[in-house]
Amino acid sequence: MPTNPAGWLVTVAKNRAVDRIRRDQTLRRKTELLIPPEETEPMDDTAIPDERLSLVFACCHPALGIEAQIALTLRSLGGLETGEIARAFLVPEATMAQRLVRAKRKIRDAGIPFRVPPDDVLPDRLAAVLRVVYLIFNAGYGPPVRHELCNEAIRLAAMLALLMPDESEAHGLHALLLFQDARREARVRDGSLVLLEDQDRALWDAGEIAAGRRALERALSLPARGPYAIQAGIAAAHSEGASDWAIVAELYARLAELEPSPVVELNRAVAVAMADGPEAGLAIVDAIDGLDEYYLFHSARADLLRRLERVDEARAAYTRASELAPSGVERDFLAGRRSAL
Amino acid sequence: MQYLLLIHDDESQDNGDLMPEYMAYTEALGASGALVGANQLQPSDTATTVRVRGGETLVTDGPFIETKESLGGYYLVEAGSLDEAIEWAAKIPSARFGHIEVRPVVMRQAQVSA
Repeated sequence: MPTNPAGWLVTVAKNRAVDRIRRDQTLRRKTELLIPPEETEPMDDTAIPDERLSLVFACCHPALGIEAQIALTLRSLGGLETGEIARAFLVPEATMAQRLVRAKRKIRDAGIPFRVPPDDVLPDRLAAVLRVVYLIFNAGYGPPVRHELCNEAIRLAAMLALLMPDESEAHGLHALLLFQDARREARVRDGSLVLLEDQDRALWDAGEIAAGRRALERALSLPARGPYAIQAGIAAAHSEGASDWAIVAELYARLAELEPSPVVELNRAVAVAMADGPEAGLAIVDAIDGLDEYYLFHSARADLLRRLERVDEARAAYTRASELAPSGVERDFLAGRRSAL
Repeated sequence: MQYLLLIHDDESQDNGDLMPEYMAYTEALGASGALVGANQLQPSDTATTVRVRGGETLVTDGPFIETKESLGGYYLVEAGSLDEAIEWAAKIPSARFGHIEVRPVVMRQAQVSA
């Protein structure tokens, strides 16, 4: 982490001013006058919490592109150097450095403020900050897994929860990331993903699950619970000795109310099928619109048809899923299921 | 800082009479002290593009780039930050139909001391 993140963010502004002076000596005096005094004074190294919060809202400002938001947040609030961020996102270091310089210039030249947004826009802006942290985690969750990104995301989520203790979703995101990270050793075997129900639960990180529960409890003790707290609740329901499918189904229903999407509905259908039987699940699946090109839709449907012993329909659905599957691993898996009918 | 709020909209689309709304908006902007300048432009078919190449002045009919949404006017505002400028931009009546481009203005010495 730069010793003085806010100072680091405005350095580019000073460098740019220096360039200008070198280019045109006659502008020298004027240029110095153009730089507001608070930007020529280096900020104090002992950043108080509010400064970190102001910084994160500047880094995640919607006037910056999402890739720039992610890079800036990692560089100024995370513990990663430019080269490490570049490698994590598979871009050349020069590209990442350029992205950071451009974003810092926009913060300065467009007047993006360093402050916690006022109440009327805070919910939207907080959602944008949490989304950046969530995307950082997902980029690390893989496969291929990049632990340094997952760790940074968890650290950032913990910081946000600490600095905004009254925001349910900050705790909710922290909880969700802890639950997901707890499964990291169990979810990849021989380079491919292992489904939740097939994971070896002995490999789950009990300490992280316990920390996730504590964070979730704080999220649930506050008003304005949102999608992250609900997803953390789903993860918690899976973290018992066996998954509590009735609760999972209920939570997916609440998630669908907040953020309706056919993929959430598909997850709900799978949970309902586990809780109430395949017939109830299939009824939901068959009412879903818009997932005809999604292989998991057809493989979930095939699985329900198989359990209902509707063999011909199951075979057709496995075939369709197999045609849409993204890689050989999934195709082999689906072919195995199909021939076992 | 000053920001230029550039109003782009589709001239062929009838959005009803926005004039009363624009007048109320301009008045609110003026009363807040944020208004530096504003103008509505004649339609883009009145535009003329001028270039000088090799000492020769080339004049052509129409805007330099033809787009569906064209520049119809602007406000120049004084704002403490981009957030304030965005707030004013979002209140421009045409923001509901077209779009507003918010551009920070480079402040030169003359304007700073003025």
